[in-house]
Amino acid sequence: MSDLRHRAASLSPGLVPTAVLSILPVALVVAIAMFAQLWLAPAMANAGADFFIKMAVDIAVAMVLAISLTMVNGFTGQFSIGHAAFMAVGAYTSACIVYYGSYRFFGNANVQGGLVSSMVYGVRDVPWFAWADALFLGALLAGGLVAAGCGYLVGLPSLRLKGDYLAIVTLGFGEIVRVLVQSQTTEVLAEGASVTPDHLRMIPAWGSTLAVDDYITAEAIASAPVWVWPKYVGGALGFGGLPFYTSPFWVVLAAGLTLLVAFRIKNSSYGRAFLSIREDEIASEAMGVNVTSYKVRAFVVAAFFAGIAGGLFAHTVGVQLNPAELGFQKSFDIIIMVVLGGLGSISGAAIAAVIVTILPELLRTPDLLAASWPYGLGGAVLGLCVMAGLRATGRATTFGRALLFAGVLVAALGLLAMWAKGAEVDLGRYRMVFFALALIAMMILRPQGLLGVGEIWDRSFWLDLFARRSKGGAS
Amino acid sequence: MLEKFLQTLMDGLAVGSLYALIALGYTMVYGILKFINFAHSDIFVLGAWLSYSMAIMAGLSMQSPVPVAPWVFGVLAALSVVAAAMQVWDRAGYDRVPAAWRGRLPSPGLGTTLTIVSLWGWSSVGLAFAARAIATGAAESSVWRTVAGGVILLAAMSTCGLIGFCVERTAYKPLRKAPRLNVLITAIGVSLLLQNLGQLDWMFGTRPQGMPRLLPDVTLAQFAGSETVPPVKLHLIDVVGAGTAVLLMVALDILVFRTKLGRAMRAVSYNDRNAALMGIPVDKVISFTFVLGAALAAAAGFLYAQKYPGLGQAASATWVLLGLKAFIAAVVGGIGNIRGAMLGGLLIGSAEMFARAYQSPSVADIYVFGILILVLLFKPTGILGTNAQEKV
Repeated sequence: MSDLRHRAASLSPGLVPTAVLSILPVALVVAIAMFAQLWLAPAMANAGADFFIKMAVDIAVAMVLAISLTMVNGFTGQFSIGHAAFMAVGAYTSACIVYYGSYRFFGNANVQGGLVSSMVYGVRDVPWFAWADALFLGALLAGGLVAAGCGYLVGLPSLRLKGDYLAIVTLGFGEIVRVLVQSQTTEVLAEGASVTPDHLRMIPAWGSTLAVDDYITAEAIASAPVWVWPKYVGGALGFGGLPFYTSPFWVVLAAGLTLLVAFRIKNSSYGRAFLSIREDEIASEAMGVNVTSYKVRAFVVAAFFAGIAGGLFAHTVGVQLNPAELGFQKSFDIIIMVVLGGLGSISGAAIAAVIVTILPELLRTPDLLAASWPYGLGGAVLGLCVMAGLRATGRATTFGRALLFAGVLVAALGLLAMWAKGAEVDLGRYRMVFFALALIAMMILRPQGLLGVGEIWDRSFWLDLFARRSKGGAS
Repeated sequence: MLEKFLQTLMDGLAVGSLYALIALGYTMVYGILKFINFAHSDIFVLGAWLSYSMAIMAGLSMQSPVPVAPWVFGVLAALSVVAAAMQVWDRAGYDRVPAAWRGRLPSPGLGTTLTIVSLWGWSSVGLAFAARAIATGAAESSVWRTVAGGVILLAAMSTCGLIGFCVERTAYKPLRKAPRLNVLITAIGVSLLLQNLGQLDWMFGTRPQGMPRLLPDVTLAQFAGSETVPPVKLHLIDVVGAGTAVLLMVALDILVFRTKLGRAMRAVSYNDRNAALMGIPVDKVISFTFVLGAALAAAAGFLYAQKYPGLGQAASATWVLLGLKAFIAAVVGGIGNIRGAMLGGLLIGSAEMFARAYQSPSVADIYVFGILILVLLFKPTGILGTNAQEKV
């Protein structure tokens, strides 16, 4: 026994290599995020591609959401259809902290961040990292933690409920969160304006110690004890006037760290326990996996990252935080990403997040689409050639078929866009129709999603594409 | 006090019976296919909007009557031509092609299906025209308006049944063997499709509309009440709505528990493989279930549009929430259980109305979802559901 222990100890790497191995990827992610913020985004902005910066931010937030849901739906095989609720919890928590914290510490709710959260590129006379950035970071983490607490609460019923019933509980939780936020007071915004210090004067506070007639002023927030916060969050009209802190740095950082954590979890003993629950709950219980505990942990981790994504979403340029946007249709969007990428595939979820975010936008700007039909045609021809080649060498033609399919699709959409331009049909109005049709077709034609359960660099995925044709009926 | 209570109870039962009608569709599909048909609430919305456009078409509103959209005829004509061609193929063509090709060509049987679909479509349009004839024949007569309304109800039910049939055949049937999550995503896809198709200009557009009243707005009875307290009022629409709902539910109950077809449905929901072995045409039974559920949802849509004439746009969140509440009703009553859906609908409808009346409209939904979570925590199978033990 002690012999075994010695051998195990000799197998584990030392403290220093472990520390390096743990810190290196994080440092890499921070470096990439700085690169994106200080070089890539200014270059894109100079080239007039502000729209693409906006898209990239949306994509990164969607990625965090999709990857976090992958941990519940993909790894653990539980079915959560209320993921947007965690996002909403994180969004509102961090929005309150940033908004009222800004009033408390800086006297107004403008962005006072350093270079890392600056979206005015080329300005160099600000510090790298200001106190406001620390406030934002703290708010994000707080949002994540509160969401994780909610994740714990939602995960608990998994002790008793399985499958669809658990799904319904998550749905119910999501709607309760939305309705709770929506039923908050909207009184200060009766004029339809966004919150200004003038409005703030009418905001009812949670602590009545400093309030005069239950209303407080902007100055009062600044001088109030820390535990007294206004409780106005905008209700059904949305929480307006939030400072826009979500810069390329923060989203790349969040997406990178989420990816990192997801891969680490998937390849750890935790991840193997998750996967075993997905494959067979009863068998994994028999093998000594504490099923309920792991399910709850999956919910907690996923909710944490969803909360951070919510915080990022709340402070994105042009977003007015509104509970109606964070209902179960948002949850469905995230589920679509996860299933489209392949249940359990992290890289698949990330790729699907890109596709699902870009596709409707692409249909909204038909010029780009109309110009792409020759490429589609070329792809289709290439696909035909590859198919012929694969067939000649006795391999399955999957890869060629995929190329052909993608090429025909792009060409058809491009020709459609050209026709629409000529006939003056607004294709943008049909974008959700196309999206829905694509979703249905995808589920029927490739039910396992883009990548199945594997990752894009898994050999099995590529082998599957170039596999030898199976002889006879045996599969 | 008593007046308010009675009035709320009556409102709750009126709305609850509509929830029950929608919940039946959810529960029947869940009972048979074990998946949550998220597109069901959109069929309900479609029922409301279809009855609106049929009422406009029939000239039952203040607006001038609008002709039937020509594309409806185009689609039906094309469908009929294809159906006829497929019939010829089924009867004469299929046997004559080499056996090796047959697997790649449409198999026989599609012709009959398409013929049924196109005949069904024509008869729905015919019903709409009947409503128009009735309405023009007896303008301004409230009795004839009501009759026309009844015909519109039938037409909407028939059309939605047809759409339910088509959706099941094209979107759900290929996925019979697929994981349940995939079927669910497909249902979400169908739901998105119906919502966004319904918003297009050549369908219903994006503007909210007002449903013309087909029933006279009369108060049948009025009791209790005093100078300070408003009396309890029994509206005709509530009686007719709840009456129609109860009638349909009784008919459904007889169908499911007293007929051969109903026995087949129950057998398929119990175990579809064994049912197939016993010679039950499982696919047909499943299709029939979808048709039935869609028709009931359309009836609920019609009745809802009569009770609350302001129709929100097809993708509006209020519609989604209504469908969700009906789904909750199905879960609370015990999903998969038909009588449970009726009970759950009445329960959820009353709970919502009481919360609305005694607290505030904005928190009513919290109570509904709270009931859902409480029921799921303490009796996950619902009030009338039976517990199925999962075996290894």
